[in-house]
Amino acid sequence: MNHLRAVNRKAVRVERATDHDVVALQRNGLPQAPHFPIGCSLVFSPGWEADRTGGTAGLCQPVERDLFDCHIGCYWPAQVPDQLNHAPDWTAKCAAAQKDWRRIDLIFP
Amino acid sequence: MTAWIAREHHRFEAAGKPFVYLVPSAAIFALDDAADAVLRAVSAKPHTREELIAVLGDRVGPTLEELVRVRAVGELSAPDAPQPKVIPLAPFPLTTMVLNVTNQCNLSCEYCYEYGEDKIVDTENGKQPKFMSEETARQSVDFMLKESGSHRMAHVTFFGGETLLNFPVLKKTIAYARQRAAEIGKEVDFSLTTNATLLKPEIIEFLAANQVGVTISIDGPKEVQDKFRVFHNGTGSYDIVAPKIKELLQRHRSRPIGARVTLTSGSMDVKRIYRHLTEEMGFWEVGFAPVTTSPNRGHAIADAGYDEMLGQFRDLAYDFLEASVAGRHHGFSNIKETLEELHKGVSKAYPCGAGLGLLGVATDGDVALCHRFAGSDAHRLGTVHDGIDREAQRTFLEQHHIANKTDCHVCWARPLCSGGCYHEAHTRYGETTRPNLHYCNWIRGWTDVCLRIYGELSERNPAFLTQFDRDEAEGERVS
Repeated sequence: MNHLRAVNRKAVRVERATDHDVVALQRNGLPQAPHFPIGCSLVFSPGWEADRTGGTAGLCQPVERDLFDCHIGCYWPAQVPDQLNHAPDWTAKCAAAQKDWRRIDLIFP
Repeated sequence: MTAWIAREHHRFEAAGKPFVYLVPSAAIFALDDAADAVLRAVSAKPHTREELIAVLGDRVGPTLEELVRVRAVGELSAPDAPQPKVIPLAPFPLTTMVLNVTNQCNLSCEYCYEYGEDKIVDTENGKQPKFMSEETARQSVDFMLKESGSHRMAHVTFFGGETLLNFPVLKKTIAYARQRAAEIGKEVDFSLTTNATLLKPEIIEFLAANQVGVTISIDGPKEVQDKFRVFHNGTGSYDIVAPKIKELLQRHRSRPIGARVTLTSGSMDVKRIYRHLTEEMGFWEVGFAPVTTSPNRGHAIADAGYDEMLGQFRDLAYDFLEASVAGRHHGFSNIKETLEELHKGVSKAYPCGAGLGLLGVATDGDVALCHRFAGSDAHRLGTVHDGIDREAQRTFLEQHHIANKTDCHVCWARPLCSGGCYHEAHTRYGETTRPNLHYCNWIRGWTDVCLRIYGELSERNPAFLTQFDRDEAEGERVS
């Protein structure tokens, strides 16, 4: 960062924590704000109408979150491989879901 | 069109530069001119990026991104979610046990929370014995070693009443604790608080030889000390304690010795008290605390008194700053504690460790939130014989979490204050769950002073702040 300088230890941790953040949702024209997927949207669970920006990207259910969030932290049944035990590398070629989803490996149980 | 607005923060200046303290993360960032301009603009009212560029120019882009990244700025339409209420998992390791070895005292300080008009426990006619027995003290040590869990180091603080009235039990407890701890590969560290009236050469020798940390309750020069800190017959205690304290300071060199001052409406000359206790008496450090009392008492500090006290604290804090920049020791302990918390960036769920890592034990072995509640049935968390009452502890932690203190949710000082002392709240409002709203302005004022001092030190002598990293490493090593 060029305009802010971390002074105390917590600030160093904040800087570090936001340094390598996985930005799963990329919105055009906006700065890439830190994104911490932590589950469902506030009102609808699982959310399915519109998120706070009027789009669907911030909701729980759309495919880009379904792939990367739901199968680990959420009760919503996602049809994805077991990334923890069985297929740890199945998304290795998919850096950004919206762009690269065709390159996700097929996994056969 | 996204509008941006400042998130909770406190902006301050130090060494002529702008800084920001972020809430609730407690991160401190130094700002350059661009970041400061953007933060100030979005603090005044929401701005879109285009509006910001129109006012402040192209430099806005990356600056805004950085401010958003550390959550100093956020979208107007997406306020931060409330902080999750996380209750610590039991069993939480006990690090400090305060042992009330007696509830009797040879002084009659008018403001005393244990004896005065605001007392919680009837120490004269109550159920507790006046002195803790050797047996209960031993059980307390066993209790502590068990509850300290995986921590290798445990701290015992002897307290009263006047602690030294029960010196025989104190002495045996130290020996017993050392032996028991050694058997299971732990270490115990000891300290005590005393009014110094009963200090004598053999006690001083014992404390020095056993590296017992000593805190002396003393209010300052003779006329200040003798106003409240009197014997039962009303005689002041200064002339008795002064020579004994000097002897203690001369002979007990194994631990730094501190003074603990109670400030009342009648004794607010912080700087003079500080100078007397350090320069004339020779204390290594001095800590101040405003008296805990219901507001209608004569010695209660009123609003104007808090302003006066803040001014004095500020002056002393700047003395501390100059000494620290020059590499000299300064014994104003209040500020050192706050600086350490600012440096680490603590953001507290509870104001203190009471009921968590710190517990008080009454003379009969009842375990309480802290020493100030020792013996109170309403604040009991078990006994040293039967262990901690986990259900009572859980209920306590549920009820006292910062998430419950809605008044605090709009205050930028809550990461450090978290509502303040339970005992103070109990005395003021009759409930430990209440935040101490009577001293909010004082807390915010004092925190602002400490932030400025911290910012100054980060610019002028950053090496000074690394001592807090070492303390942490030490803590991690022994735990």
